[in-house]
Amino acid sequence: MKLKHWKLDRDADGLAWATLDKADAAANTLSSAVTDELAQLLDHLEQEPPKGLVFRSGKAAGFIAGADIEEFSSLDSAEGTRALVARGWDLFNRLAGVAYPTLALIRGHCLGGGLELSLACRYRIVVDEPGTKLGLPEVMLGIVPGWGGMKRLPERIAAPAALDMMLSGRTMDARKAKRLGLADDCVPPRVMDAAARGLVLSGRPARRQPLLERLLNGPLRFVVAAQARKQVAAKARPEHYPAPYAIIDLWHKHGGNALAAPDVLDRIVRSPTARNLVRIFFLQERLKAFGKKSALAARRVHVVGAGIMGGDIAAWCALRGLTVTLQDQSLERVAAAIGRAAPLFERRIRDPLARRAAFDRLIPDPEGHGAAHADVVIEAIFEDLEAKRGLLAALEQRMRPEAVLATNTSSLRLEDLATALASPGRLVGIHFFNPVAKMPLVEVVEPDGADPAMLARTHAFVRTIDKLPLPVRSAPGFLVNAVLAPYLLEAMRCVDEGIAPATIDAAMEAFGMPMGPIELADTVGLDIALAAGRQLAGATEPPRCLAERVERKELGRKSGRGFYAYQDGRTVKAAAGSIPDGLAQRLVTPLIDRAQALVDAGIVADGDLADAGVIFGTGFAPFTGGPLHYRKTRADQQPQ
Amino acid sequence: MPAPTFSGAPVYLVDGARTPFLKARNAPGPFSASDLAVQAGRALLLRQPFAPTDLDEVILGCAAPSPDEVNIGRVLALRLGCGHKVPGWTVMRNCASGMQAIDSAASNIRAGQADLVLAGGTDALSRAPLLFSDAMVRWLSGWYGARAAGQKLAALKRFRPGLLAPVIGLLKGLTDPVVGLNMGQTAENLAWQFGISRAEMDAHAARSHHRTLAARAAGAFGEISPLVENSGRVHPDDDGVRADSTPEKLGTLRPVFDKPYGRITAGNSSQVTDGAALLLLASEQAVEKWGLQPLGRLVDSHWAGLDPARMGLGPVHAATPILQRHDIGLNDLDAWEINEAFAAQVMACLAAWEDADYCRDNLGLDGPLGSLDQEKLNTDGGAIAVGHPVGASGARIVLHLLHRLKSGGRGMAAICIGGGLGGAMLVERI
Repeated sequence: MKLKHWKLDRDADGLAWATLDKADAAANTLSSAVTDELAQLLDHLEQEPPKGLVFRSGKAAGFIAGADIEEFSSLDSAEGTRALVARGWDLFNRLAGVAYPTLALIRGHCLGGGLELSLACRYRIVVDEPGTKLGLPEVMLGIVPGWGGMKRLPERIAAPAALDMMLSGRTMDARKAKRLGLADDCVPPRVMDAAARGLVLSGRPARRQPLLERLLNGPLRFVVAAQARKQVAAKARPEHYPAPYAIIDLWHKHGGNALAAPDVLDRIVRSPTARNLVRIFFLQERLKAFGKKSALAARRVHVVGAGIMGGDIAAWCALRGLTVTLQDQSLERVAAAIGRAAPLFERRIRDPLARRAAFDRLIPDPEGHGAAHADVVIEAIFEDLEAKRGLLAALEQRMRPEAVLATNTSSLRLEDLATALASPGRLVGIHFFNPVAKMPLVEVVEPDGADPAMLARTHAFVRTIDKLPLPVRSAPGFLVNAVLAPYLLEAMRCVDEGIAPATIDAAMEAFGMPMGPIELADTVGLDIALAAGRQLAGATEPPRCLAERVERKELGRKSGRGFYAYQDGRTVKAAAGSIPDGLAQRLVTPLIDRAQALVDAGIVADGDLADAGVIFGTGFAPFTGGPLHYRKTRADQQPQ
Repeated sequence: MPAPTFSGAPVYLVDGARTPFLKARNAPGPFSASDLAVQAGRALLLRQPFAPTDLDEVILGCAAPSPDEVNIGRVLALRLGCGHKVPGWTVMRNCASGMQAIDSAASNIRAGQADLVLAGGTDALSRAPLLFSDAMVRWLSGWYGARAAGQKLAALKRFRPGLLAPVIGLLKGLTDPVVGLNMGQTAENLAWQFGISRAEMDAHAARSHHRTLAARAAGAFGEISPLVENSGRVHPDDDGVRADSTPEKLGTLRPVFDKPYGRITAGNSSQVTDGAALLLLASEQAVEKWGLQPLGRLVDSHWAGLDPARMGLGPVHAATPILQRHDIGLNDLDAWEINEAFAAQVMACLAAWEDADYCRDNLGLDGPLGSLDQEKLNTDGGAIAVGHPVGASGARIVLHLLHRLKSGGRGMAAICIGGGLGGAMLVERI
């Protein structure tokens, strides 16, 4: 038997170790070549059954990242879809039925098809490392876990938890996998081989679910399904996101067998939503690749300005493992930023020692000593040209020559700032979005005459802190704020025309936005929206409703009242009225127009990047594939 | 008279930082001993031209490390980002642990074994543990050893609520294990021996507070780097200093060590506090390599032993040989720091130097050494006002002495040590 991707070893005890090390790939995915070889491997073992079979990965990167996304994104027929699902479903059913005991030794990511393979084994051992993540993220690509995940996950862990995992696409770590019963044991790497050997040869039956869990996956299935449908309905509309509804139905009515409902399967897999979500997945990969142009592995960051943005950027960098010095005019301001970091660290770092290390890495630096040591210096002080120019010039003198000097300005011209420097070419823009911990996008702004090496380093830094860099040229509002401004202004003009704010927001939420434009304006701050509107929408008069509220110091969420009232962090909204025809189209049109204009002007390199930027920077309805893609597909659907 | 002399390479005291000293208020304070040292160390290292990984070693004095960070010097090195390769270790010489760390760093530099060393001390006395008594430990071992129900029952019958009374770790630590006196009682001995009155002690204590406040107002505590809690709360300064401290008020306090007849009160003793103080020591080569501008030079140091029941006179026994080696008198130096464990103890040191019999019998002198000018001694107050986080104090007085001295000036820092020891360091400001 000759295998390219798998290696089969048998040891003296009669135990077989199947190691997946996919050829010419950094990570293991279950391409058809890989699954075909797995079938061969099972054929081979049938001849001379081993005492046990352990699956493990030969990659440092992880166990198995999932199916091969290229393969299913190129599906163009119902038959092709059926065949692809059958390939994994049948293979894993066969694996589940072998007479000898099987075990998946899971170290690193174990996602999608990888987890489905593991679920078909009698046992699972997870390695207790931060990189170990188990999940069925298919729903995020608009599809369903059709290779047995919908059948077997609810047989391992309680059905509500299983559905939550499949419907959210969220991963869980090794310890939680053990706690929920998904893994039989959770062990440190030093004993993982011994643990795998011991368990697979133990002769123990597969873990049996407790009675309640069996009921939830049996006679009480309808209750769980109803509850799950309710929860999904609160988050996603079936016309936008059909996959989660299909997951519930396939589990509830067909035992998780997608082949039993071929029409549902084909509708899902070849839906525009799935295609668009896959498109976004690849756009995300494209953004990530911008970080590969420089080998900079930043270790130290110096942030000047401990306000909301600067403080949150500093906290985020410390969370991601960098040593951060945070400078401001007073220690009290820096300390307040550390106080704001506390809940973030609390939430994101479970291990108390690791959390303490994050606090240790976030260093108050009121005198700015850290600039001299930093790989990256980020200026995030108040938006004042002269103050920023003075600061940047002073920083330049103290910094290492190869260090990146970046400004987080959103409203000043970078070219006006750069002239303060001895080497103006070293200044770049690095524009984060609020809240920093939640927004995946960072605009990397290229002013005229910028040093390409500095830009490349900036992109690499953005990847180091696990954000998505979007290259944009210097222009007012860059991409994201520039497309938001006309959209928010149009929404407020509708208010001037007498449409209720709640109705406007309801229209855009129905369109698929995570938050309506009026509430978004309240969140951004109406004073900021007014200033941005002036700057980004030319000389036009601001909407009356906006000017009046700013006049009355009703500035939105931060002042407790704007278009809505805010109590204890909650928005107090009246019920939406009936939505006028074409309202969503009217509102989204200026946004799309502006995005197109920015592509035409070369501010952002192409339409795909504009779509990626608007989705990751604003949450623009992902199932549409982005504003420009949305306009194109609508034009295709409506012949002129 | 043993006369160890310092030979070989010079040792530079480059820079230093300490945390504010936080008074223990009957509950565990917000920072562990390593938290305190990390915050001082981060601030100190941040302003250096080299990276934490360039240090050769980290030495930390700590009198009461918590059970989970016994080698707290290594914990500090790792938490400061010195990397795996920089060794860290811990020294313990009770109240002089921080001074011992400096001396150990200096020895290694002089021996050519290190060029750049972070050294100092830390203690979080507010977090000193409560311990089970020996009787309770014996009961527990019987309980855990009991297997049969009958044995368990028998063990239960032996239980008495009194077994639960904790042993206060801090009091254990402040009691001499050989002569059985607590530190306050050793100070009572000195007050008795030299006839120091309660009123004199209280006046000394009040002066310590006033001197500290005046120094703070004059900006004389540049070595303090504020502490920041994870919640964002800032501790900018030593928090035990009292503006309302007067001899009259102090006179109303009751004696705490020899109740009810003694003279030593909480008010004329140093405060139980949490804090850390660190210094950076360097060889000549390191100073040149990194272009450092040292605060000063460590000229000499000495350790002495004496009767544990009179441990408070340690500074006299440690500083005198240094003066002799350099052939200088008490007032030939520009500044003195004697750690104020107790007002009585500092005053006894001065009295001993003035006492012909004491100098003859204990120091081998022909007559009294002299009267130390009080305008040179502890002019910015001392541990009675600032606090005495035991492991940190020795490093604090060396660091503050450097800050007090003017260019070219010389000064002595001396400290008494529980167990009957004294330590002293002669430094020169550059």
